[in-house]
Amino acid sequence: MLTDESIASLAGKLKSKDISPVDIAKQCLEQIEKLNPTINAFITKVDSKAVLDQAKKVKLTTPLSGIPYVLKDAYLTKDLHTTAGSNVLSNYIPEYEATVVHKVNSAGAILLGKMNMDAWGHGGSTENTDYGPTKNPWDITRVPGGSGGGPAAAIGARMCSFAIGEDTGGSIRNPAGWCGITGLKVTYGRVSRYGSIAYASSFDTVGPTAKTAEDCALILQHIAGQDPYDATSSPLPMGDYLSHIKQGVKGKTIGIPKEFMSEGLDSEVRQLVLQAAKQFTDLGAKVEEVSLPTSKYAISVYYLLAPSETSSNLARYDGIRYGNGRDKFTPETMRRIMIGTYALSAGYYDAYYKKAQQARTLIIQDYEKVFSGCDMILSPVSPTPPTKLGELISDPVKNMLADIYTVTTNTAGIPALALPCGFTKTGLPVGMQLQGPMFSEELLLQTGYAYQQVTDHHVQKPQLS
Amino acid sequence: MDVKHVAKLANLPLTDVELKKLEKDLENVLELVDHIQDLDTSNIETTSQVTGLTNITRPDKIDTSRLTPHDGFFKVKSIFSS
Repeated sequence: MLTDESIASLAGKLKSKDISPVDIAKQCLEQIEKLNPTINAFITKVDSKAVLDQAKKVKLTTPLSGIPYVLKDAYLTKDLHTTAGSNVLSNYIPEYEATVVHKVNSAGAILLGKMNMDAWGHGGSTENTDYGPTKNPWDITRVPGGSGGGPAAAIGARMCSFAIGEDTGGSIRNPAGWCGITGLKVTYGRVSRYGSIAYASSFDTVGPTAKTAEDCALILQHIAGQDPYDATSSPLPMGDYLSHIKQGVKGKTIGIPKEFMSEGLDSEVRQLVLQAAKQFTDLGAKVEEVSLPTSKYAISVYYLLAPSETSSNLARYDGIRYGNGRDKFTPETMRRIMIGTYALSAGYYDAYYKKAQQARTLIIQDYEKVFSGCDMILSPVSPTPPTKLGELISDPVKNMLADIYTVTTNTAGIPALALPCGFTKTGLPVGMQLQGPMFSEELLLQTGYAYQQVTDHHVQKPQLS
Repeated sequence: MDVKHVAKLANLPLTDVELKKLEKDLENVLELVDHIQDLDTSNIETTSQVTGLTNITRPDKIDTSRLTPHDGFFKVKSIFSS
């Protein structure tokens, strides 16, 4: 299949006219027709005739030109149904386009659809959605992870080449890990959030999801940068993500936080992450144990601050501007709104919201200390392989703990790359993540690239019929 | 937690039966996050923004690319038929 290939390889073949954009689009549309009824990755499909028309007329101006992609349904697309996975927006048609959508479309990429997700990003399994759960392409009795399970499952099932995801507490990385693909959570502010439906504004990040670190670098090159429409987007210059990607990891120091490798971690996941550490040593990196002592408070900090912000962000959905009423929120979203409202309410603000914001400072300081001694840190993405459908959604606390290794990243604002590091004995994908200092995307992508040159986990794909 | 009061603050239309179910769930969540009280945060500054940007403003100039094309008015569907 053409979607097995990297974006760079497809771009090369398009340029030399070995294939046409229509060939790729046709294969994607066939794959979607064949597999989406089982996987349920899409909320809204772009009409296939419109996709083919666009593929016919697209001009090859960038390596993304003619490459089919999908969007997590958290991004506004002008004149195209946008839901954030919630019935609150069941009939919402945006008036404008998110900056990231504008950038990717201007580069010539071809949008195939808007993808399933936990409503408003509230979840780690893509079961908290009003559009039916997405299934994991590696085992359809299991969840794809979340909140961006739809985009990850679509890439895993080769329905498209790449996706734009959104990561607030692990929503790019967790589904990347559980679907056997690669996803980058960027530094807060590296990519514009304009037109991204807010979950928790000081945590939300916009990033690429694809099959490899190299693909992610290529996409990031097109979407990063300051945006006058997002005052929190960073004025710092962008990296040169793609042209430096082959630099390797020789001489780099990779820390493994002991707190991320202990109690509660599945033994197979642990073993696979340690195997990856060994591979990094073979590639010339130095691996050592480090400590992030405040990380044990990470779940508390995240599940006080993110719900607080979401209770404020979701206040606007009151039936006046967007039609549907607040009775349309799912129980999980209502829980988060309630927790946040409580943490911000008179008498509890100091004990919860303010305390968590102070703890956020300590978590940042912990990371700064660790990064003064090593270049990046390695850890699992999730404590277990993909869970069975129903397992997380029925247990709110278990659902929260699925994010235990990913939420600190967003609390600190640093970038992290999630990539496949192997499979369980039963054939389920397992992901690891590399976290680095603020704006170290270049380094993380180089490291991921080096690893993917000597391993083949990222080329494995699910056997679906 | 006084769930009825919080639901009112949050503007969530919940019945007494729903509130009762929610109360139990929220107590479990609070039990988990309450762990934060063990952390000593005395004299620690709060963080609300991680990249340290402050007072980002734009020039006070009209961005003509974003003007609606009807002399500053929105165009809506007509209500009365002629």
